[in-house]
Amino acid sequence: MKQNFTISIFTENSIGLLSRITSVITKRHLNIESLNTSESGIDGIHRFTIVVEAEEPLVVKLVKQIEKQVEVIQAIYHQDEETVFQEIALYKVSTEKASEDNLVEKLIRDNNARILSMEQDFMIIEKTGHKEETQELLEFLRPYGLIEFVRSGRVSVMKPNNELYNEY
Amino acid sequence: MEAILTKPQATQLKVSGAEAVIRSLIAENARLIFGYPGGAIMPVYDALYHFQEDVRHVLTRHEQGAIHAAQGYARVTGEVGVVMATSGPGATNLITGIADAMIDSTPLVCITGQVGSHLLGTDAFQETDIISISMPVTKWNHQVTKAEDLPAALAKAFYIARSGRPGPVLIDITKDAQFAEFDFEYKKCQQVRSYKPVPKVAIDQVSKAAELINEAQRPLILFGQGVILGNAEEEFRALVEKTGIPSASTLLGLSALASEHPLNVGMLGMHGNYGPNKLTNECDVLIAIGMRFDDRVTGNLDNYAKQAKVIHFDIDPSEINKNVEVDVAVIGDCKESLNELAKLVNLNSHPNWLDKFRQHDAIEKETVISNELNPSEGDIKMGEVIEQINQITDGDAVLVTDVGQHQMIACRYMKFNKSKSNITSGGLGTMGFCLPAALGAKLGAPKREVVAVIGDGGFQMTIQELGTIFQTQAAVKVVVLNNSFLGMVRQWQQLFFDKRYSSTELINPDFIAIAKGYGIAAKSIDDRGDLQQAIHDMLAFEGSYLLEVKVGKEDNVFPMVPTGASVSDIRLS
Repeated sequence: MKQNFTISIFTENSIGLLSRITSVITKRHLNIESLNTSESGIDGIHRFTIVVEAEEPLVVKLVKQIEKQVEVIQAIYHQDEETVFQEIALYKVSTEKASEDNLVEKLIRDNNARILSMEQDFMIIEKTGHKEETQELLEFLRPYGLIEFVRSGRVSVMKPNNELYNEY
Repeated sequence: MEAILTKPQATQLKVSGAEAVIRSLIAENARLIFGYPGGAIMPVYDALYHFQEDVRHVLTRHEQGAIHAAQGYARVTGEVGVVMATSGPGATNLITGIADAMIDSTPLVCITGQVGSHLLGTDAFQETDIISISMPVTKWNHQVTKAEDLPAALAKAFYIARSGRPGPVLIDITKDAQFAEFDFEYKKCQQVRSYKPVPKVAIDQVSKAAELINEAQRPLILFGQGVILGNAEEEFRALVEKTGIPSASTLLGLSALASEHPLNVGMLGMHGNYGPNKLTNECDVLIAIGMRFDDRVTGNLDNYAKQAKVIHFDIDPSEINKNVEVDVAVIGDCKESLNELAKLVNLNSHPNWLDKFRQHDAIEKETVISNELNPSEGDIKMGEVIEQINQITDGDAVLVTDVGQHQMIACRYMKFNKSKSNITSGGLGTMGFCLPAALGAKLGAPKREVVAVIGDGGFQMTIQELGTIFQTQAAVKVVVLNNSFLGMVRQWQQLFFDKRYSSTELINPDFIAIAKGYGIAAKSIDDRGDLQQAIHDMLAFEGSYLLEVKVGKEDNVFPMVPTGASVSDIRLS
């Protein structure tokens, strides 16, 4: 059965590694649902968080082939239940339309969203959450003059301890 | 190393990046390299000029020829092959060889020149992003833009290429990094933090494997190139002999165990032997050693060895459960794991089971082999050519083949006594591989007889390397099995496309005239009566020699496991 898997990859910080990792996935004709890269919290070690929708046996193979890359220190995968994860979404909406009634304000309260910036023409709303949650707000805001929308890749922390943090 | 001592000491010495490349090669004992110069690599070639006594550079006629030659060299010696090329087209011409080396686990260090670092990304003359292009087909690659980074990059390149599961590595060097001077110091690379090339053998897994093997009634070993790459031929033979298990080889595993060994039951795969294919689906324990269950070996996976417990020995964890689900996986260096395994297995023999293989051999011999090796009428057959080579070389020669019918026939029938004697393009199936690879093999093992067996199609893909053979005077023996067809494709057209011979017939030139133009002795035969003498003359000749044998135009290779069929549905005709 296909489902979402989060692949966490700890690597050296070297040029081109992103391409080397994604090519393992594209080679299998698989789409990347989301991707995030950042420092890992361990000095000099970089972290990739990649979400794919696939069947587990295939994910096992992908992870092994990613870990095989010379500059990859560790690659592990988790199902959604095994991680705490978030995405951040930014919404740019027309100030005028959004102010027409109090719905937007109510919605922001209900959704734990916040206003990052308010200009004469537009305002920027921020919401973090799972994709379904940020998507829900997106659908709601559409009629209120949505000008622009962007959603980040998933960042994810695994619930089980990772021994890598003890090694380095 | 004496030659270095006549020159300034290699440690702590101001040299150019270009000279650092050559000094690094010397430090890695890479004394024979292959390549082709051009603008962006010229400083390195200039440095090479001063080190001609230390490093021999073989100028090929095409970069693809250079890399296949380096592959032939690497496969016959077990050392890292080195190839150099310029930027742009020079670098892209290496790609086929890099992909070939990647899939066949051949250790290579490829050094390419690159435009100056200030020009990177500007579409400069002969600029191409070879790092991105080669990324999916290299084990590791790296661009160097500063001279002082060169020694460490090259040390890492050699270490990664040869360690663990070997593979090709590419180092791209900008022209300014070749010119700049710095204090040269070379330290061999011993480890890379993120890279664990040789996983530790888990003894409990070895014990589980031993238990299954000791209880097995009908065990079958499948061995691959991993046995050769792991220098584990002796450990492997000891295991086979102690357990008495019939052992079948993959295409690349050939020569890891002598062909005539009583427990060697032949070759696996689409055109392998009847017994090991058929009986894969009758064994109770399947023991795979240093092989990767390629689709040409397994046929349809849904009907592959479903009745058997499967044990897989491999150094690469990503090969475990990739194609075939296994019951026991022993990850690590097979030299170590086989040695441990041999201690835990019982002295045994399986006479009835082995006899089944012999019964299948008899069927194959009667229906296929006899007529292939000893035909009495009709055109010359490919198999009888190989048989005549066997008569003289008796298993001592190195066989280098290309891709297609001639490859399958040569690998099926050639006898091997010694490891590292079969050099062929396995995983990638690269036509044009043979001629330059044979040159590299001969230069790597000058005392061994190297016989290149090529089809008329593949021969013409890298025919220009006759020029390199001529220039180096390497005594390669080249047998062109000419059927005026792209034979394997034609065979498939006959069997699966109702004989629609679409673009497979070749109108060939006069190969003898071409060989003579290159100063290579040559002869063409088409009569069975001349075959024995012609092979004898070729092998007795001191220098390089080309023998063209005109063989049956529409002969087929059997047995055959058709695509999508199960190994047990192997066809004899």
